[in-house]
Amino acid sequence: MIKIKGGRLFDPKNGIDEEGDIYIVDGKVRKEGAAEIEIDAAGLYVFPGFVDLHAHLREPGREDEETIETGSRAAVKGGFTSVCAMPNTEPPVDNQGVARFVKEKGEKAGYARIFPIGTITKGRKGEEISEFGDLIEGGCVGVSDDGDCVRRSDIIRRALEYAKMFNIPVIEHPEDTYLSEGGQINEGRISTILGMGGIPSISESIIVARDIEIANFVGGWIHLTHISVKDSLEKIIEGRKKQRGKITCDVTAHHLVLTEDKVKEFNSNFKMKPPLRSEEDRRALVWGLRNGVIDAIITDHAPHAFFEKELEFDLAPFGVVGLETAFSSLYTYLVEKGELELATLVMYLSSSPALLFSLPYGEIRDGGIADLVLVDLKGEWEVREDTLASKSKNSPYLGEKLRGVVVCTIVDGRIVYREGEWRRRNEGISS
Amino acid sequence: MDNGGRSLNRKDLLGIEELSREEIELILEQAEGMKEILERPVRKVPALQGFTIANLFFEPSTRTLNSFLLAERRLSADTVNVSASSSSVLKGETLLDTAKNIEAMKVDMVVLRHSCPGAPHFLAKRIDASVINAGDGSHEHPTQALLDLLTIKEKFGKIDGLKVLIVGDIMHSRVARSDILGLRKMGAWVRVCGPPTLIPLWIDELGVEVEYNLDRAMRDVDIIYVLRIQKERQKKGLFPSIREYVKYFCITPERLRQAKEGVVIMHPGPMNRGVEISPEVADGPWSVILDQVTNGVAIRMAIIYLLARRRR
Repeated sequence: MIKIKGGRLFDPKNGIDEEGDIYIVDGKVRKEGAAEIEIDAAGLYVFPGFVDLHAHLREPGREDEETIETGSRAAVKGGFTSVCAMPNTEPPVDNQGVARFVKEKGEKAGYARIFPIGTITKGRKGEEISEFGDLIEGGCVGVSDDGDCVRRSDIIRRALEYAKMFNIPVIEHPEDTYLSEGGQINEGRISTILGMGGIPSISESIIVARDIEIANFVGGWIHLTHISVKDSLEKIIEGRKKQRGKITCDVTAHHLVLTEDKVKEFNSNFKMKPPLRSEEDRRALVWGLRNGVIDAIITDHAPHAFFEKELEFDLAPFGVVGLETAFSSLYTYLVEKGELELATLVMYLSSSPALLFSLPYGEIRDGGIADLVLVDLKGEWEVREDTLASKSKNSPYLGEKLRGVVVCTIVDGRIVYREGEWRRRNEGISS
Repeated sequence: MDNGGRSLNRKDLLGIEELSREEIELILEQAEGMKEILERPVRKVPALQGFTIANLFFEPSTRTLNSFLLAERRLSADTVNVSASSSSVLKGETLLDTAKNIEAMKVDMVVLRHSCPGAPHFLAKRIDASVINAGDGSHEHPTQALLDLLTIKEKFGKIDGLKVLIVGDIMHSRVARSDILGLRKMGAWVRVCGPPTLIPLWIDELGVEVEYNLDRAMRDVDIIYVLRIQKERQKKGLFPSIREYVKYFCITPERLRQAKEGVVIMHPGPMNRGVEISPEVADGPWSVILDQVTNGVAIRMAIIYLLARRRR
């Protein structure tokens, strides 16, 4: 049994913002109890554990970049207690066997809870839909061909229809590749100055519009991931008015903070898909979050080997790591600067994504599952290669000092991370 | 060639964007001194004896490579050339490894031509040798812009206040980008013309005017700068045919009747005669195209000298 003493309990979903003590008994949050272990949380915030709907843990296939073990260590260091693992691995998660492998590796690692996402199509080829039922039985909580868009309209239609009988999200990576081909960064002012191939905003908003039309037509659930442009938000707002399909979306932490101007130094740690967009887009995304248009903040954690990123910009792969910097970058750049309320940030990192994917976490209530994170908002840490737990170090914040330090992370009532030390749930202190 | 001990206060020359007007003026002035050397019976000075320069050309180039080579030899530098297609780089050694290996052989300066925008900037941060950008993808070609500025200054006695029209594939042209930046910094006014599919939507961010109609575009300008049209662009569907391109954008003597008296024609080479420029114009009284080539050697001598001087 654990007592968390004197922390500031903060759960926007249940309207909690008060100093007090809580107990953890049998993996559940309790108002009262006895304590074997006491955590002094004076000066710390106690948030519901964060839930990431979109991370790349690279296993199986690229264990040199990240493993489920290292990725879930990075997750809890960043305050994430649940992580959805994207299926673009090698082999991809397009059958129950691979799904079970991911799930079991997650259990064995014993840090964050790992939920596999299955592919929409077999082999991620965009031609035939995968066995959604089998994938769900293997532990999948959604399907996605992320990394690639489902190019064929008939295939995404069939996926949206078929998924109706399971009530799972079909997670689309919206990108019209005919329009984005050869693109490296956002098409706009900076791509013009740098002479780089542009990825136009319409390459995203066209697929957003298409998928919304189809979801509304068949009455399916489309989840549009890593929305990055203003026009996409407009399409989503319009599309929801029809109330036929279910239309949900998320935004990455880095698209809320960074813009295309960062690319001017040719640093490939600012190269990702979708690309960093204009300041106008970034502001629209923050607006979308504050006004309930966007359902969740994701990391899109995308580890890449140093030797692959340390290349000419055009040749480097897309993607940046984010599990460890998502909260502190958003806190430092948005909350402290007055662009976003702390409550909004915490809600879209915890309860909102949990509810969306029907995961029973993301809140602090008597009897609720004890997935919690203790954060020192005044604390500061420097993002360096040696301070990142992820196997890959391709962070856009390298060299920066961020505020908001995760001090302790609790999953299922067990301390899995505390001040630079990890402990597996299955060998942790029993409550 | 003595300039009173002045040097460029920078390690690398990566783009026109980073240069101040004063730095551009210094380079032009130094190049005028270098031209005097090129007129001598013995066209060589011992200025850079013992200084070693590697020319890393990852894209095919004859003119720029030879221009650099001559400039280096006129200054008595030792040179080494590495040519490789970008594809062999993709297959094997990385750019950084290639450069580090060359640096380990005690090279003072690297001249880099590469198909990726920012490749010289990437390298400059990671090696101690000076880096000169000899063209990086569609980004910049600073030595070309500087030789163009020198040619314009010689012809008109000034750059400030001139009106310049750039015609052709603005989208994929590093020459266009560097020339626009250089001309704007030196006080010239710039208009671009070409098919809309070859002009970036955000080009006005560079402070230029856009006009798609060539006859209207050329009426009031002092200089028409003609870009090479790469035939591969047509294959990618950016314009329907060479035939139609010629119809609307080829600079011909007939068209030039619309232009101002004394208009000057420039081209970075190599030319596609009969495509973007008619042979009569290329070889006619309007053309300063061969002056550009001569000035290329002088400009490159000046840049190498000014960067090397700082290192010594």
